[in-house]
Amino acid sequence: MSTVERKYPAPAVNPEIKPFFDAAAEGKLALKKCAACGQIHHYPRAICPFCGSERTEWISASGRGTIYSFSVMRRVPVPYAIAYVTLEEGVTMMTNIVDCSLDAIRIGQRVKVVFKPTDGGPPVPMFGPA
Amino acid sequence: MTIKGKAYIAGVYEHPTRNADDKSLAQLHAESAMGALADAGLTKDDVDGYFCAGDAPGLGPLSMADYMGLKLRHMDTTETGGSSYVIHVGHAAEAIALGRCSVALITLAGRPRAEGMATGTVPRAPVAASPDAPFEYPYGPTVANQYGMAAMRHMHQYGTTSAQLAWIKVAASQHAQHNPNALLREVVTVEDVINSPMIADPLHRLDCCVITDGGGAIVVAKPEIARSLKRPLVNVLGAGEAPKHQMGGKVDLTYSGAVWSGPAAFAEAGVSHADIKYVSIYDSFTITVLITLEDLGFAAKGQGGKLVADGNLISGVGKLPFNTDGGGLCNNHPANRGGLTKVVEAVRQLRGEAHPKVQVKNCDIALAHGTGGSLGTRHGSATVIMGRE
Repeated sequence: MSTVERKYPAPAVNPEIKPFFDAAAEGKLALKKCAACGQIHHYPRAICPFCGSERTEWISASGRGTIYSFSVMRRVPVPYAIAYVTLEEGVTMMTNIVDCSLDAIRIGQRVKVVFKPTDGGPPVPMFGPA
Repeated sequence: MTIKGKAYIAGVYEHPTRNADDKSLAQLHAESAMGALADAGLTKDDVDGYFCAGDAPGLGPLSMADYMGLKLRHMDTTETGGSSYVIHVGHAAEAIALGRCSVALITLAGRPRAEGMATGTVPRAPVAASPDAPFEYPYGPTVANQYGMAAMRHMHQYGTTSAQLAWIKVAASQHAQHNPNALLREVVTVEDVINSPMIADPLHRLDCCVITDGGGAIVVAKPEIARSLKRPLVNVLGAGEAPKHQMGGKVDLTYSGAVWSGPAAFAEAGVSHADIKYVSIYDSFTITVLITLEDLGFAAKGQGGKLVADGNLISGVGKLPFNTDGGGLCNNHPANRGGLTKVVEAVRQLRGEAHPKVQVKNCDIALAHGTGGSLGTRHGSATVIMGRE
């Protein structure tokens, strides 16, 4: 683990996605589910990418998932692991794997959500060992 | 309605510079345009259609038509990153087939070296209001680590190895040694690639393409004009294009939009894989080539590692000669957009004008493919199949 902390850039929040980051500030991972077709999607949208319905609603995710893929960025001052995590709810989201040795990360590993502060913005969901 | 046989690639040009400290962006576009027009035996006053993408200065076709003094009746600014220019070839053929223009000019240029861009290892500032950015930018997505995730998943799912990926760079370097303009002309080995510094797991430095200034241009002309010129006739036989993205969270990094653009191009061209004598495959990274070749049907999904290994992509050695100019991995990746040069080398091969050491014998049908954007998030795939008449 690096002793130097990496600063996370703040997400540019807009009204469509503000509830996601409001939930993140409370330590909750929010997802969008479509009331018309029943499918969950990510990143969250007002309009369902599967059926086009505007009847999308916020739900709370369990925060548990498995690593679909990852890559440790090495040629930077503070190496870090970008990843896609597949949540128990079925959707796969881009994130960082944190709070563990970068060399111990494996595809298929079980992880759980943690929220990390950003540089001047709301916290964002990342994942650490389950 | 088809574009098959309705348009010809009359001129191509790859700017020889790789470091353009002393040139402006518009100048590089215009120098490339004049080069392709001279190659065709045409002048700027013959051009009535113009195609450019996000690398063009100012308001794209307006700024460049103004700079070059063009009188146009057709413009197209389809922007899919580095694959834009492969799409432009297909769109130019469509416009010509419909009579919207007679001579289409496509240009590309950029100066990332001169501007000191850390192209692949620093997250690029998101395009304004990109809906994905709040859910990606905080995590530090660079070009290298996004493609790294695609490579990592392919290795996990199919057993692809770093040595297999390295063979792609080895083949490119074998070709680049014969290209006097190539940025990297040194022949490398599988061990050289694997022992080069890790950039973003599992991609080493030599799995990554070069960063170069420069540009290029393509002239597409209607048959009557192309036949009046003195250059070999290269026909646009078929084209296909498709975006691929995260599919609402159903992410699958093991394939690209080539699974759609490829079959469309093959169907329109009416040719089979056995007919293709040469392929130009976008090579931002070694993994880009491997996944693309699978998706285009040159290998079954997951079997790309075997296809690219053991020199099989080296001209005169293997079954599927690719990127005989050295590609983006060794020769040139102007403006961080490698699609245009893919078409240029395919045209050289079809004309018999590639370097004699890498010229494919009886090269009558060739394929060029572009991947713009990122295999790790969203990208535009474009395939064009061309034939020599």
